[in-house]
Amino acid sequence: MLSKIWKLALFFWMSMVIIGAFLWAPLAQGLGEYTRILYFHVPTAWVTVLAFLISAVYSALYLRKRDIVLDKRAEVASQLGFIFCILATITGSVWAKMSWGSFWNWDPRETSIFILLLIYAAYFALRSAIEHPERRATLGSVYSLLAFITVPFFVFIVPRVYASLHPDPLINPQGKINMDGKMLTVFLASLFGFTVIFLWMFKTKLDLVSIKMSIKKREI
Amino acid sequence: MQLARKAWYIFDKDIRQEYKTRYSVNAILLFAVVTLVAVSFSIGTFGASPDIKSALLWIVLFFSAMSGLAHIFVREEEKHTADTLKLLASPTSIFLGKFIFNLVLFVVLQLIIVPLFFAVMDFSVNGVSTFLIILILGSIGLSAGATIIAAIISKASAKGALFTVLAFPILLPVIVAGISGTKIAVNESNIMAAASEIQMLFAYSVVIITGSVLLFDFVWKD
Repeated sequence: MLSKIWKLALFFWMSMVIIGAFLWAPLAQGLGEYTRILYFHVPTAWVTVLAFLISAVYSALYLRKRDIVLDKRAEVASQLGFIFCILATITGSVWAKMSWGSFWNWDPRETSIFILLLIYAAYFALRSAIEHPERRATLGSVYSLLAFITVPFFVFIVPRVYASLHPDPLINPQGKINMDGKMLTVFLASLFGFTVIFLWMFKTKLDLVSIKMSIKKREI
Repeated sequence: MQLARKAWYIFDKDIRQEYKTRYSVNAILLFAVVTLVAVSFSIGTFGASPDIKSALLWIVLFFSAMSGLAHIFVREEEKHTADTLKLLASPTSIFLGKFIFNLVLFVVLQLIIVPLFFAVMDFSVNGVSTFLIILILGSIGLSAGATIIAAIISKASAKGALFTVLAFPILLPVIVAGISGTKIAVNESNIMAAASEIQMLFAYSVVIITGSVLLFDFVWKD
């Protein structure tokens, strides 16, 4: 019962976010309607990074404790992160077309999200190339952590060294948030909503994996 | 000191082994020459701007590294000598020994390829010291990253294709900073012009070597 209420609340929350993003929030000064993609693009990008972080944490935990469940969690986090990464890439690309005039032009931000996609893809390729489950878990975890320590170079250093045209409303060098009150409300609500959706998907997928694992155990 | 001596023994062993077969040296050198010829032949000597040539130099170097640097661990697995090595030395000394071997191999490659590139592509740089520092720091970062990825893929199937796929996202900061630093070296003789690139390459090398040493235990003991 409680879980049902919770899901309904999430449904209304996200509906409010969508309505708010399109109708209630004002436009950014001097920019067109296309800026409204901000309320969906930034949260997906945030979830991508969050999933990447969760995957790295579970990978590190796996290497410490050698529990295969921890590795499954890392894998599921990566799979969901990959989906959100694709969404962030597409929404960003649409925005780039409207505002810069082309879908793709290797802006440092575009490069960094593309590298994130490549890392996820390489991680899955590595996992599929190893048959032994424990070895797959170990090497997958090591690669995930190795990628994790290089990602800061793309996300923070490359865009600083090379000028980027990407607007940075949340983390900018001045440390200020330059958004209207209403915009900020919708934005933060969307950020929260997307995070909850991600956690929900994460939990559902994990339940599915544990059911599969218990079926396999029974067969043996 | 103990660690350094053990790493040196590993390095010495690999050099001797390499001297017997010369597999890696031959493969990596021929691959680099073929790539260079393909690039030079398709563009022509005077056809490209210095910016494009800087990028091409790093692409030639990257793919040459990809052709040969994985062999150091794949060899141990293929000849089933990895288990004996596990008994004889600590993981850290093995990683450092193999990393130094890869670094030396890559520097030897550059000693041949870079002058050749300058000659056939009609390429020249103003800031020679900038260019050399970028090249040296880039080699350290690139061979360290390639060594740990080689350790990972030596335990997987479809090794060759996987090596490039896994290494590219990890090594891209080196390539990006290397290309950008080389572009600066073409025009500017002042070393400070490329300060941020040098900082980035240095930071990357420190991070990747530390991370690899920490993570290599898990790969090797598996």
